[in-house]
Amino acid sequence: MRLGSPQTSIWVQRMPEPTGADDKRIAIEARGIVKAFGQGPSALRALDNVSVSIRENEFFTLLGPSGCGKTTLLRLIAGFEYPTEGAILLHGDDIAGLPPFKRPINTVFQSYALFPHLTVWENVAFGLQMLGKPKQEIEARVAVMLKLVHMEELAQRRTDQISGGQAQRVALARALAPSPKVLLLDEPLSALDYKLRKEMQIELKRMQNETGITFVFVTHDQEEALTMSDRIAVMSKGKVLQVGSPWDIYDKPADRFVADFIGETNFLKASVVSIDNGVARVKLASGTEIAATIAEGFQPRDNVTVVVRPEHARAVQQGGQLSGSVENVVYFGTDTHIHIKLDGGELFTVRQQNSRTQSCGFKVGDRAGIEIAPDAAQVLRD
Amino acid sequence: MAKRHFDIKAQPGFAFLAILTFAVLYLPIATLVVYAFNASDSVSIWGGFSLKWFVEAWNNSAVQDAAWRSLVIAFFAAAIATSAATMAAIATTRTEPYRGLGFKYAFINQPLMVPEIVTAVALLIVFSRLKVWTGYSGLGYLILAHTAFCIPFAYLPIRARLESMDLTLERAAADLYATPWMTFRRVTLPLLRPGIIAGFMLAFVISLDDVVITEFVKSGGQDTLPTYMLGQIRRTVTPEVNAIATAFLALSVVLVTAFFFINRQKT
Repeated sequence: MRLGSPQTSIWVQRMPEPTGADDKRIAIEARGIVKAFGQGPSALRALDNVSVSIRENEFFTLLGPSGCGKTTLLRLIAGFEYPTEGAILLHGDDIAGLPPFKRPINTVFQSYALFPHLTVWENVAFGLQMLGKPKQEIEARVAVMLKLVHMEELAQRRTDQISGGQAQRVALARALAPSPKVLLLDEPLSALDYKLRKEMQIELKRMQNETGITFVFVTHDQEEALTMSDRIAVMSKGKVLQVGSPWDIYDKPADRFVADFIGETNFLKASVVSIDNGVARVKLASGTEIAATIAEGFQPRDNVTVVVRPEHARAVQQGGQLSGSVENVVYFGTDTHIHIKLDGGELFTVRQQNSRTQSCGFKVGDRAGIEIAPDAAQVLRD
Repeated sequence: MAKRHFDIKAQPGFAFLAILTFAVLYLPIATLVVYAFNASDSVSIWGGFSLKWFVEAWNNSAVQDAAWRSLVIAFFAAAIATSAATMAAIATTRTEPYRGLGFKYAFINQPLMVPEIVTAVALLIVFSRLKVWTGYSGLGYLILAHTAFCIPFAYLPIRARLESMDLTLERAAADLYATPWMTFRRVTLPLLRPGIIAGFMLAFVISLDDVVITEFVKSGGQDTLPTYMLGQIRRTVTPEVNAIATAFLALSVVLVTAFFFINRQKT
């Protein structure tokens, strides 16, 4: 998927992908990456033995709180930093030692980093000029790119005469113009206001579809990650904790950190009573026993944490696996959060969709039961 | 608007002090300028308004000669100093901080700290030897000497500009396939231009202005404007010196003002 001959369309149509995801080719592979800043025992390990494979044509997101190492990993892929240990493979070739200008990888910077002494047009043309493309090809390509980001009319503007959203689009066009094999995006939406951010999320997805270029997106915003990504790597403290589809990450978190970082979750202390074919009976602090899905490697009598998403539980007047008293009712427009103090002392949040005619039916101080949907409870290591 | 608790302008005696300071700073210069337009032959007795001393100075071949030499030296010294300073500024800012970097700053700025007379005497001794060995006694020595003390003046605005520049821009250029040289040519240098021009102009003014080192280094018949004026004052003082000084002042004011505006420019 690189620049075609000038006669054909520059954008190659995306071919239908085979359904088996694993036979897709790998675009970028990070293998055992260690990045240490400083020396000796006081060195800070920004990345600690990180390995990820990013597939071709994929929208891949590195998600984690600030300081988790996601931006460092991006900079290693771009070539602004070199790994202390490990290899970075682009289509199988180790590029970890190459300087950035020798990598067919472009970056959209968080601050956009548009050249202030050049016009919008000149900014977008910069990469192509540096590659020594013929003038005609550059003109044609820049025209296509400006059209793609709806900036044709402002081509001759200076970059300090355009708005933040427009600067964002120019940065995108500039990075896409040389048809990189991989596009890196370093929190590119964080400077935009909410509405513009939502629009750009959709735009980015569209562009990724149209260009067929592998996007590696860095964000700390879990909602952004869930809505845009094909796959997500959740990072914390220099390690990759889980890689998977948004659905995997949200519904089958590998550990407590992932469950806590993505969306809202109820955590309940429990101990395993029995395990049968991936389903465990666990005993909660209140003494109640419930069923929960469980991974390999647990033993009966293990102390564990059970997680339940608030939308997978329902507050009921009678019955339910858990019971407690209503502490707070918070109205959110589309839904209502009911905070219930369990009889065991823990706090449990239930999220219920609002209907136009009825209130949720609970007020502070009411007794309430909690009904957990089948398969909704999951056991995680403590 | 609430009154501020402390406003130095409201303190008793402030206005008096301010006026006194300005008077001390500018009255002598004002007097010099006024007497440049004196019709009489004296620098202290007013004989009516006249431009005759400007005409006199303009037609004086010794003044022309010295002025031209001053400009030539200043131009070459500033140009060489600015190139050296640009390289030094890039080398000292586009690097990871390391031990001894502060030492290097001090080294580059050495001419600002060493008393000028010390440099002058040192150069006199070295250059007089060189003149004997090489047989060359042209303007090169003066240009070299001026270059040396101009470097820190050119270095400071250029370094300040580099330090305030967003490093991400250079990174973005490298990301877009620009080799380090192309990054410098297409991104760093254009963005640095105001700093370089400012550095050049500052160095130019400093070179034009120099007396001490020039006086020691120059060979016979190599007077610059300031050393010519010094020589004149030792003999008979006429308002011609005032006229030269006034023209000189005008040039400096123009250059320094331009420096100020260029330095203020954002991009």
